[in-house]
Amino acid sequence: MISYIIRRCLLAIPTLLIISIIGFVIIQLPEGDFLDRKIQELEEKYGDSSSIARIDELRERYGLDRPMWEQYTTWISGFVVGNFGESFEYETEVNDLIWDRLGFTLMISIGSLIFTYSVAIPLGIYSASHQYQWSDHTLTFFSFVGMSIPGFLLALALMVFVFEVYRVPLFGLFSAEYEGMPWSFNKFIDLLKHLWIPVIVVGLNGTAGLMRIMRGNLLDILGQPFVQTARAKGLKESVVVVKHAVRIAINPLITIFGMSLPNILSGSTIVSIVLGLPTVGPLLLRSLLSEDIYLAGTLLMMFSLLLIIGNILADIALAWADPRIRYE
Amino acid sequence: MSNYIKTHAISKVSESLTDKIEDARVDIGHLSYRKLIWRRFRKNRMGIMAGVILIGFYIIALGADFFAPYHFNDIKVLVRHVPPQALHYTWADGLHVFGLKSTQHVETLELIFETDATQIYPVIFFSYDARDQVRLMTSEGPMFLLGTDRMGRDLLSRIIYGARVSLTVGIIGVFLSLILGSVLGTMSGYFGGWTDHLIQRGIEILAAFPPIPLWMALGAALPPGWSSIQTYFGITIILSIISWGGLAREVRGKVLVFRDLDYAVAAQSAGAGHWYIITRHLLPGCYSHIIVVSTLAIPGMILGETALSFLGLGIRPPMTSWGVLLEEAQRVTVLLHYPWLLLPAIPVLIVVIAFNFLGDALRDAADPYSG
Repeated sequence: MISYIIRRCLLAIPTLLIISIIGFVIIQLPEGDFLDRKIQELEEKYGDSSSIARIDELRERYGLDRPMWEQYTTWISGFVVGNFGESFEYETEVNDLIWDRLGFTLMISIGSLIFTYSVAIPLGIYSASHQYQWSDHTLTFFSFVGMSIPGFLLALALMVFVFEVYRVPLFGLFSAEYEGMPWSFNKFIDLLKHLWIPVIVVGLNGTAGLMRIMRGNLLDILGQPFVQTARAKGLKESVVVVKHAVRIAINPLITIFGMSLPNILSGSTIVSIVLGLPTVGPLLLRSLLSEDIYLAGTLLMMFSLLLIIGNILADIALAWADPRIRYE
Repeated sequence: MSNYIKTHAISKVSESLTDKIEDARVDIGHLSYRKLIWRRFRKNRMGIMAGVILIGFYIIALGADFFAPYHFNDIKVLVRHVPPQALHYTWADGLHVFGLKSTQHVETLELIFETDATQIYPVIFFSYDARDQVRLMTSEGPMFLLGTDRMGRDLLSRIIYGARVSLTVGIIGVFLSLILGSVLGTMSGYFGGWTDHLIQRGIEILAAFPPIPLWMALGAALPPGWSSIQTYFGITIILSIISWGGLAREVRGKVLVFRDLDYAVAAQSAGAGHWYIITRHLLPGCYSHIIVVSTLAIPGMILGETALSFLGLGIRPPMTSWGVLLEEAQRVTVLLHYPWLLLPAIPVLIVVIAFNFLGDALRDAADPYSG
């Protein structure tokens, strides 16, 4: 098992390397570089670009005058040792910018995962064990609707609703009085009060889909002979379902755990942009638009890293949950 | 005598029984696979309903010039942010709309509109507009059934015209990923070895990018100088880049199974070429599967386009799509004052739900031998 984990981690390295190259090239695809954009912006805003004199100096300092592969090697060799380069737009180290935001992103993503699984599994079980009854039909209908509502639309609708009803703007992760304050217990409580909305909004899509899968799996299992045997033995229906059928029906959901991670991260990106949350999403959008290459590259890498770690964890969890699976 | 009746009756019964069995055999055994799928699909009422709704949407999108009351870029500066207007009907005046009267807000200086029931404008059917275009229904007066946007453009017309982009992006995108996915998936499964290895690693790397951030990066990379049409095709290509991987994997799995079945081996030993075996023996086995997977991939693409355009990275004005319309509803302040700008979300939801139901019904129908 341990050798399997180590091998998986080693295999992830070439994947990440290729991802970093592709990502870096995509980010640099737009014409011109950060400084070209900045000058254009200055001219549009103030009709003046006298700072253009310093441009060559800046270009040299940021290394933008060198060829792309040289920029890439400088960045990636720094990346390995945890030096992610400098953000042009924020004029600070990428390191100072991303960790807080990565923390919030993870918090929302993990929260959404917990929400998704803890709601979808019971509902799926209920739906399967009441197949074709009106409660099953209702749940099925709502799960289809839930699968179809994109997170950002839900976020928009929720913002309007909350403002109409409570007259407080639903924006950001903290109330105004805690914004920018040092961490305290009260600030943490305030965070939790704000966190549940993005958690539910991001998690809803996945919840509906997962519920359908759980229902389907359980229905397949409930038709099998060993379930009939359990019933014939005179076990209570609840015992048959929960102890015999669900334990097997739940296995595929662990594999899906690894696959649902990209969707959750994707969902949190765009929901964060709508709700103005201090996560990685809005930062990535800005950095892509302004061609802040080292910042954008680092964020893309972080996303991919999270995905790969999630997938490895899902495989380990599957091996732990299902004794029939052996990794050699 | 009674004996005779009995045997006669029995033979009658058995006769009718064999008849029935014969009927059933003709019914099931002699039907093509396609007809079997259709039979099962027909029983799924939700699937039929979803299909009818989608056909309706596509017809309206195709005939946008006819169904929409106005052209989508008719800018009317005097009627900015008009709330949705109701249609009225009386025996004397027929179908009509009321006029508008406006007052200026004291602080914002924005015009605020109210309906003026004293002015009555009848709805005119099948009339030519200034562009020499037949319109289903227009009116001399302000017929803004879903309100207007910040440039006084009729929202209903923009939704109808926007459907052209939003509804086709999914189809074309799925078509592209279908070609990529089935070609690469078949190659991967049929040839095996290093071809398989290479394609599978490629798919894995693609899957290690979270989709929306990758779409964002690619969307930002579309040159700003491109025309609307170029951007449109750029977006469809971007959307299909991610989704072909899943399809390729499923096709590969199927082809791997079929490749070693007797009929494929027989064809091979009879001297059939790779191309012939693939197109004649392997791909037809995957058709139903491919259709189902691609139907279920369309809603994801429609939502992808909506999300990209919503972020300002997708379709660019003057072309319009449901995502472009929603972009204008992005700011909360706008939404609170002009909530009708969120209406384009409704067709998005209906179409996506309908595609999900249709795909689900097709998936059930594609396996006619299951219970």
